[in-house]
Amino acid sequence: MAKQYETVIGLEVHVELATATKIFCGCSTKFGGRPNTHTCPVCTGMPGSLPVLNQKVVEYALKLGLALNCEINRYCQFDRKNYFYPDNPQNYQISQLYLPICHDGYLEIDVSGEKKKIRIHEMHMEEDAGKLIHDEWEDCSLVDYNRSGVPLLEIVSEPDMRTAEEVIAYLEKLRMLCRYLGVSDCKLQEGSMRADVNLSVREAGSRGLGTRTEMKNLNSFKAITHAIEGERERQIELLADHRQVVQETRRWDDNKEASYGMRSKEDAKDYRYFPDPDLQPVVISDEWLKKLRGEQPEFQEERRERFQKAYGLSEYDAGILTQSRHLADLFETVADLSGFPKKTANWLMVEGLRILKEKGQEPEELSFTPKHLAELIQAVERGEINHANARLVFEQILDADVEPLHFMEEQGMRMVSDDGALAAAVEETLCENPKVVEEYRSGKEKVFGFLVGQVMKKMMGKADPGRVNELLKKRL
Amino acid sequence: MEKLCYMSALELGQKIQVGELQVREAVDSCLRQIAAVESSLHAFLARNEEGLEERICEVETGIREGRYSGPLAGVPAAVKDNICTRGLPTTCASKMLEHFVPTFDAEAVRRMEAEGMILLGKTNMDEFAMGSTTETSYFQITVNPWNREHVPGGSSGGSCAAVAAGEVPVALGSDTGGSIRQPASYCGVCGLKPTYGRVSRYGLIAYASSLDQIGPIGRTVADCAALFAVISGRDEKDSTSSGRPLETLKELISGGLKGMRIGVPKELFGEGTDEEVRKAILDAARSMKEQGAQMEEFSLGLTDYLIPAYYIIACAEASSNLERFDGVKYGYRSPEATELHEMYRKSRQEGFGAEVKRRILLGSFVLSSGYYDAYYLKALKAKALIKEEFDRAFEKYDCILAPAAPSTAPKLGTSLTSPLKMYLSDIDTVAVNLCGLPAVSVPCGLDSKGLPIGMQVIGNRFQEKKILQAAAAYEALRGGFTRAGLEWR
Repeated sequence: MAKQYETVIGLEVHVELATATKIFCGCSTKFGGRPNTHTCPVCTGMPGSLPVLNQKVVEYALKLGLALNCEINRYCQFDRKNYFYPDNPQNYQISQLYLPICHDGYLEIDVSGEKKKIRIHEMHMEEDAGKLIHDEWEDCSLVDYNRSGVPLLEIVSEPDMRTAEEVIAYLEKLRMLCRYLGVSDCKLQEGSMRADVNLSVREAGSRGLGTRTEMKNLNSFKAITHAIEGERERQIELLADHRQVVQETRRWDDNKEASYGMRSKEDAKDYRYFPDPDLQPVVISDEWLKKLRGEQPEFQEERRERFQKAYGLSEYDAGILTQSRHLADLFETVADLSGFPKKTANWLMVEGLRILKEKGQEPEELSFTPKHLAELIQAVERGEINHANARLVFEQILDADVEPLHFMEEQGMRMVSDDGALAAAVEETLCENPKVVEEYRSGKEKVFGFLVGQVMKKMMGKADPGRVNELLKKRL
Repeated sequence: MEKLCYMSALELGQKIQVGELQVREAVDSCLRQIAAVESSLHAFLARNEEGLEERICEVETGIREGRYSGPLAGVPAAVKDNICTRGLPTTCASKMLEHFVPTFDAEAVRRMEAEGMILLGKTNMDEFAMGSTTETSYFQITVNPWNREHVPGGSSGGSCAAVAAGEVPVALGSDTGGSIRQPASYCGVCGLKPTYGRVSRYGLIAYASSLDQIGPIGRTVADCAALFAVISGRDEKDSTSSGRPLETLKELISGGLKGMRIGVPKELFGEGTDEEVRKAILDAARSMKEQGAQMEEFSLGLTDYLIPAYYIIACAEASSNLERFDGVKYGYRSPEATELHEMYRKSRQEGFGAEVKRRILLGSFVLSSGYYDAYYLKALKAKALIKEEFDRAFEKYDCILAPAAPSTAPKLGTSLTSPLKMYLSDIDTVAVNLCGLPAVSVPCGLDSKGLPIGMQVIGNRFQEKKILQAAAAYEALRGGFTRAGLEWR
């Protein structure tokens, strides 16, 4: 019988912090500027320049550390990690090894209803490197230091995950926490969230750990899932074949859907870490920690329960709306303004998420004025606009943040509730169709629809069909 | 009247302030002296010529309009070549940075500019401040103004020689293990190594970041104090700079010796210390005692660990600090290289001199895995214990007296043959850097060869006032100091 294997996975996740400026200088962290336009002597490693720590980075690290139930090192320091590479202007990266800011925490994940705690080994602050661009045409390499010095948090888990689903659940949960805290937008595609997967396999029931590999360059959840499955297979095949797994770093190739060995443990570098003498140790005071604890937001679980209770939403709906803090904030504001929480939930979940999906956007990218959506929902509920038109207006609110009442007026979507005009149209219709009227009166009720249609046509569709029915019946 | 180029900086500044002297005259006197002596002294690596005329006019106007009213406004100065000056080459006396021109001024330079001082040029040094003789400079050998067959000391040899030879009244140096105090003593001038954190390191090209400190060099204690007052103080661009309140110039140098408690550590006067040096300093101590200072010999422990701890920590930091010189962004790039690692290897091999490479290798070794605990961590522990030794001493004493170097200036060409011997000659100065203390070197006579001897006054952290006060009082007692004896042709 074939042996059963268990997969053991630990993650090293890099999260780019959403601070306005870099970790050790005042340069902007904006993504996508022209090469080397967000740079200064510090982040380009000019001789004589010195780093000065951005306190916001420490604050963000502490916020996430608290959310991950970590112990906080009240006295932490920065260390230099020395290695030569052109994207690293000083040829050392300022990071934390000996005294990282947070350690020994956990994150609780939920996979198909099963809750599991994934332990956090440690979390530290560090600076990002620049970007190398290889110009094939000119046969040279260029460096862009815009990203050099952008603050990162590295979150290192214990090898507590067993399946790709658990890994994705962990990453999704981590991403949600970061977004709730506002410390990072965690976009895998843009590289503001990066995950390296440490994976080994062992015979089911065995307690020791097998030799692990580290996989890099995973830019999507899909890539992570496929890489885990592929690496698990590869290692099991080796073991089944009585061959050894080599401890190495492997690079995932998204196009080929396969990973390749980059470097083995034998050529692992000696980074010669030592405390950076240019920076003072970071001392975290009781007051600071207390203040940050007080500022922690209401996270998803709590909020979901509150939405169920306060707005009468189902667990499922409340769960979806609280996936994103931004979406939950929008829901709450619109629901309160409009007075129709369930309708608000429907609009956001059915129409809103559909549109986002079509555009390939995230809920964070919704940027309309909550009052506008509230006004639209109220107009619908008052019968001032039919549902088809309301959907069009909703799209316009999402796209261009239009004022719905004004827009409805302008586009002639507003339904007429003026009985005078409606009554006149009814009279006209009856006069113009004496035969049909006769048929109806003689009991052929099917023709009623035709009359309603004629009235609606005269009203150019801007009448409440219910009211039209009412008036017609009265006159017949 | 004393030749203008030998006038003290404060006297020049005072005459300029009251209109007795034009800024131009002060500058011209220096330029004439430079023209006369530089061809044999070789103290300067670069001269500030292009913007000089404009700067003189700007400062003269500024003084008239009251914008520059400090005691050193209009006074010419030189700056060591590891301190960044915008638009002026800053080479660290290395081939690696031969054509490097910084885009910004070091904070100390910015403060000198804001005082209205006139920068005349950049001075020679040991390559990347690594050396004790200024002989490791890639470009030229600076000689001792007292005897051109001897070294000026190092690494701030260019600045000290320029001040001693009357090329400038004051200059900036940097001190990582004695690089201001030792050449000051060899050249017969005053040099102050401030408390770590007193002067911003922003713009100082780092050798060993936890030990480096910029400081003033002048012909009198008061001149040093005046330049110190200009350049010191908190700078937000340097996380290690201190916000401690500062004394005024007058406070820094007044008070005298009466009642001052001074300790004399016998370990720094023992074997290895030249007899003439020992005698000169003990004579000075005796005369200070006669003025009411309390002198006491005491034992300073752990002196055997000073040199090893210093060289391990300094080289470890240097090995990392000098990594940025890789041929990628600025500085020397080997024309031979065809791929990345070859470019790194050849650029660094060809761009750095032997002493720099020796220290990078030593530093890389002590930080590498398996040796970190055995060397680097142990050195840090030794440093902490040495600090405690000094803390104990400063419970009893206001100042500690020591030689600035165990001997006077050696002959040119004799030091680099035995690096270890050269390292050992730093015994009198490195403790001050390890403990972040302030210390001033002040001339206290000549040896039988006619070479200057320097006495070092060491204080507790942020006690610049006490050491400057003691040094100024001793200087007054000693009387005017003979000028460098050479006639320059």
